[in-house]
Amino acid sequence: MTALDIAHVGLTLGGTTVLDDVSLHVADGEFVSILGPSGCGKSSLFRLLTGALSADTGTIRVNGAALSGTSRAFAFMPQRDALMPWRRIIDNVLLGLEVQGMGRAQARARVLPLFAAFGLEGFEHHYPAQLSGGMRQRAALMRTFVQDRPIQLLDEPFGALDALTRAGMQRWLEHRWREARWTTVLVTHDVREALALSDRIYVLSPRPARVIAEFMTPWPRPRLGGPLPPEASRLEAELLDTLLTQTGDRP
Amino acid sequence: MALSPSGSPAARLCRCLPSLISSVVARLGHSLPALFSVAAALAAWEAYVRLSGISVLVLPAPSRVAEQIVVNRELLWTHTWPTLQATLVGFAFSLSVAFLLSVLIDFVPRLRRALFPVFVISQTLPLVAIAPLVVLWFGFGLTPKILLVALVTFFPMLVALVDGYESTDPDVSALLGSMGASRASIFRRARLPSAMPYFFAGLRISITYAVVAAIFAEYVGARAGLGIVILNAKNSFRPDLMLAAVVISSALTLTLFAATALLQRLALNWRHAGSKP
Repeated sequence: MTALDIAHVGLTLGGTTVLDDVSLHVADGEFVSILGPSGCGKSSLFRLLTGALSADTGTIRVNGAALSGTSRAFAFMPQRDALMPWRRIIDNVLLGLEVQGMGRAQARARVLPLFAAFGLEGFEHHYPAQLSGGMRQRAALMRTFVQDRPIQLLDEPFGALDALTRAGMQRWLEHRWREARWTTVLVTHDVREALALSDRIYVLSPRPARVIAEFMTPWPRPRLGGPLPPEASRLEAELLDTLLTQTGDRP
Repeated sequence: MALSPSGSPAARLCRCLPSLISSVVARLGHSLPALFSVAAALAAWEAYVRLSGISVLVLPAPSRVAEQIVVNRELLWTHTWPTLQATLVGFAFSLSVAFLLSVLIDFVPRLRRALFPVFVISQTLPLVAIAPLVVLWFGFGLTPKILLVALVTFFPMLVALVDGYESTDPDVSALLGSMGASRASIFRRARLPSAMPYFFAGLRISITYAVVAAIFAEYVGARAGLGIVILNAKNSFRPDLMLAAVVISSALTLTLFAATALLQRLALNWRHAGSKP
């Protein structure tokens, strides 16, 4: 079943066309990545979905119904963790539930059993500044997933981490996703990350963004921790080549 | 419920105590140079007065000032209370108005452009000229003092709050928006807490202005207060008593400053929670 269907969406911001006839879809339980060069409008696409912007043309349907201001179908994770430094980790994690109107005590009781799965057991009452970058990112992911929205939107969630922490987080997310099967849309410019985590990959052009390619990535999981299958390596080279051609940085 | 590894509050306090004591000791060591330079300045002053034989009507020695504080302790105490009252009431008034206006400005940005020029002009008025006028209009009671304290402290507090709201991480606002939070909810959950460090910085600066403004208002015309002690002592050629009142007013300012610092420490507990494990 199609969870998210974006059809012919166009967006113009301040006279600049940001999205040009973008169409893509995400099935229930599917992990879809959107690959594109920096500044191509990937984040604007997410802002359309979370209601911060509205599309000039085209339609967005969530589980068959048109997207409206009160759809609340998405849990959004921004590029940086955006944890509130004055809230303890547990109170950061339950922020979405609190905004939905749940009482603090009830929300705490709801999120508390999930800390182990996110590798944050024992840090419930720490402040964000007391945590390492990887732990903060896991807390931000946890804040996203506990909202229990049908679709998770991850905007370059590991882009701000150092290479080693990022590799660790990618493995962790792959592991957690295999258990939970969240319907997920990941925006990234990391080709290997997209290949390792996704069921399907869309490639966007530089601004104005159009979908220029779509790839299936049906290899068995887990994919991280060992060498990628030969066809995945071939696709990695091809994807990187496509992206570099788009940005004009190819020698 | 074992939520955290730190255990009960009492156990946590016991564990904190040694580090608290060592931090107090460290802080004392930290302030030693300051104490030393103040003591050195006082000693030099005392020595100069004794060696030069300068008249007490011109420059009294620190020992003489200290003696005057002890001798006139009842007079000084009687007059400290009205000053403290004017400072605190004026400051509370200014703070309430600044907070209400800052919230209004945050929700209606156009108000900022309309009001800020007026406030900036209010800050250009010389206190020397304004204070007698305010006393002329409102009499010798508490009202003119409150107004002058408010005039001096209002704008810094307003700017601190408005700038503080603006310092909110746009990612945090966007995140709350994506969760379906209303503008009021974003203000309460993100903008207001973000402004707190700015608010306390403004509070610490303003509280020192507030005491000075209160004393100046009294000096211009009042029935009681440290400003009146200073005025009367000046008129009766008593620099020793003037300086005694000055010492009391400094002590008052320092006490209020320390109180705001303590308040900040308690309110911004998260800033002192230490760094990465």
